[in-house]
Amino acid sequence: MSMFLQVVIDGLLTGMVYALVASGLSLIWGVMDVLNFAHGEYLMSGMYVSYWLGFLMNVDPLISWIASGVFCFILGFLTYKLIIHHCIGGPSLAALLATFGLSMLLKNFALNRFSPNFRLLTGTFLDGKRVILGNIVLPMPQLVTSIFALIVVFIIYYIIKRTRFGWAIQATAMDKDAAELMGIKTERIFALVFGLGGICVGIAGGLLPSYLAVHPEVGGLFGLIAFVCVAMGGFGSIPGALLAALLIGLVESLGGFYIAPVFKYVVVFGLYLVVVMFRPKGMFGW
Amino acid sequence: MINKNKNKQDFIWYSLVLVLILLPLIPQVAANSFTQHVLILILLYASMSQSWNIIGGYCGQVSFGHSVFFGIGAYGAGMAVVKFGLPPWPGIIIGALSAMVVAVLISYPCFRLKGHYFAIATFAIVEIFNRLFMVWYWVNGAIGLDYPLVEVGWKNFMWYRTKIPYYYGALLLFVIIFSTVRFIEKSYFGYYLKAVREDQETAEATGINSALVKLSAMALSAFLAAFCGAFFVQYNLRVDPPMVMSLQVSMIFVLVTILGGAGTLFGPLLGAMILIPLQEYTRVLWGGMGRGNDLMIFGLLIILIMIRQPKGIMGLVNEYINYKKSRKNVSTEANIKG
Repeated sequence: MSMFLQVVIDGLLTGMVYALVASGLSLIWGVMDVLNFAHGEYLMSGMYVSYWLGFLMNVDPLISWIASGVFCFILGFLTYKLIIHHCIGGPSLAALLATFGLSMLLKNFALNRFSPNFRLLTGTFLDGKRVILGNIVLPMPQLVTSIFALIVVFIIYYIIKRTRFGWAIQATAMDKDAAELMGIKTERIFALVFGLGGICVGIAGGLLPSYLAVHPEVGGLFGLIAFVCVAMGGFGSIPGALLAALLIGLVESLGGFYIAPVFKYVVVFGLYLVVVMFRPKGMFGW
Repeated sequence: MINKNKNKQDFIWYSLVLVLILLPLIPQVAANSFTQHVLILILLYASMSQSWNIIGGYCGQVSFGHSVFFGIGAYGAGMAVVKFGLPPWPGIIIGALSAMVVAVLISYPCFRLKGHYFAIATFAIVEIFNRLFMVWYWVNGAIGLDYPLVEVGWKNFMWYRTKIPYYYGALLLFVIIFSTVRFIEKSYFGYYLKAVREDQETAEATGINSALVKLSAMALSAFLAAFCGAFFVQYNLRVDPPMVMSLQVSMIFVLVTILGGAGTLFGPLLGAMILIPLQEYTRVLWGGMGRGNDLMIFGLLIILIMIRQPKGIMGLVNEYINYKKSRKNVSTEANIKG
C-alpha cells in the first residue's frame, strides 16, 4: 500500500512539472493557433542557463530560475518577432516548420557548444535532503520544484483571468480583429504571450537541473509530453492542461511501476488516444 | 484558357519524362559514388514526400505518422531477408499491405480529429510504435536487423561495390509514385481530395463520402511510403526502430513536401532537390568540423525559407510567374493606350 502511495505521489510530482511546461505551450497555442515545436528546446536552454550559473558561479537553482525565466522570455519574444511574425499569414504549417527549424538550431547549438554529455548540478542547497512521511520518502529537490511549478501555473492562470493584460490576451485569442478595434495592440500581445510561454518553461528549466541531468536532447520528450498534455486538456485551456499533466504524470509513474518501465510512454500516449476518441477536442475543449 | 493551361502542364510533364529518360545516364557520367549517393537520396526522399503529399498536400490531413508506415515497409523487407533468408520481394509486398492495414486501422478513429489535434495524435502513434518495436523480440527489438551478406543482383536487390543499380531502383520507385500521383491529380479522386481539403462540410454536402476518401488516400499513401521504406532498408542494409520509426523520419516527409510546396506535383521533387544536397553537402563540409554544425545551418535554412515564402519553393516559382505575367499585362495595356 505504501508502495502504491509512493508511486502515486511521484507521479503527481512529475505531473506538476509537466503542467508548467504545458501551460506555456497551451498559452501560445490558444492565442495564436501555433504549435511551438521549439518548446522542449526552450526548456533545454533554461536548464543550461541554470546549470552554468550553478556550475560556474555557484548560484543555487533556487535563485537562478529567475535568470532562466528571463532568458526564455527573451528567447520567446525574439522567436515571435523574428520568425512567427513573418509566418502567421501563411498556412498554419509554415509556423510549425519554422519552429521545428528553430528547435534543430537550438539543439545542435547546445550540442556544439556544450557537448552531448549529461550534466547534473550537485551540491545544491536542497541536494540530498528529503522529507519522510511514514513509509513515503519525498526528495526535497523534486518536492520544491513541483510545488513551485504548481504555484507558477496558478499565478499564470490568475494573470490570464484577473488582470487587464490577461483580458487583452483573452480578447485577442477570441477575435483578433475585434480586439484590434478595441484598441488592443495585438502584435504586442502575441509577442508577450510567446514571452510568457517562455517564462513558464524557463522557470521549470531553471529548477530542474538540481535533479535531472541536462543534455541537448532533454527537451525532446518534455516537448512531446507537453504537446500531449495541451491537446488532451483542450485548446488553450490552462486548467485542462494542468489536469491532463497530472493525469499523465500519474499514468506514467503507475504504468512504469506496475507494467514495465519500457511501456510507460506507450501507456501515456495510448491514454491520450483514448481520451481524444471520446472528446475529440480535449477534456476542456469545445 | 483551360486547354492552353493543360497543354502547358502536359508539356512540363513530357519534358520531365524526357529528363527522367536522360537521368539514368547521370551515374555513368558521375563516377563519384558520393554524387550517386546524393542522387539516390534525392529520388528516395522525393518519392517519400510525394507519397505523403497524397494525404498531406492534396487531402490536407497533416499526418506526422508516416514514419510508422515507412518503418513497417522497411521491417517487411528486413524480416524477409534476415529472419527467413528469402529475397526481399515477398517481404516488401507483405510489408506494404500490412502498412496499408495499419494505416486504415489507426486513421479511422483519428480522422475524427481536426487540425493540430490530428497532428498530435499521429505523433503519439509514432511514439507508441517506436517503443513497441524497441521491445518486440521477434523483430530483434532495439538491436535491429543486420543484413547478412547474400548474393548480389536484382533477385536480392543488393549490391556492395556499386551504387548504380540502386540508382535505377530509386528511379523506378520515383517514376511509379510520381505517375500514380499524376494520375490521381487528374482523376475524380483527386478532385474529391481537394474538395475535402478546402472544406469538408461543403464536400460532404455535394455528396462526397469524405471519410471514405480520406481513408483510401491514407491507405494509398501508406502503401507507397512502405515501398520507400523497403528501398531504404535495402540501400542501408540495416534497420532499427529509431532509424525508421521516429519523429525525425516523420519530419522528413513533411519538411521536404512543405519546403517544395504541398499539394503540387513537382513540389516534393523541388524540395528534395534543394534539401538533400544541402543536407548532404553541409554534412560533408561542416559535419567533420565540429558537432552538429551542419544541422545548425540546416535548421537556420528551414527557418529562412519558411519566413521568405510559407508556401514553399513552388510558391516562389508561382510568384515569379505571376510577376512576369503582370509585367506583360502592363506592357499590353500601355500599347493599347499608346
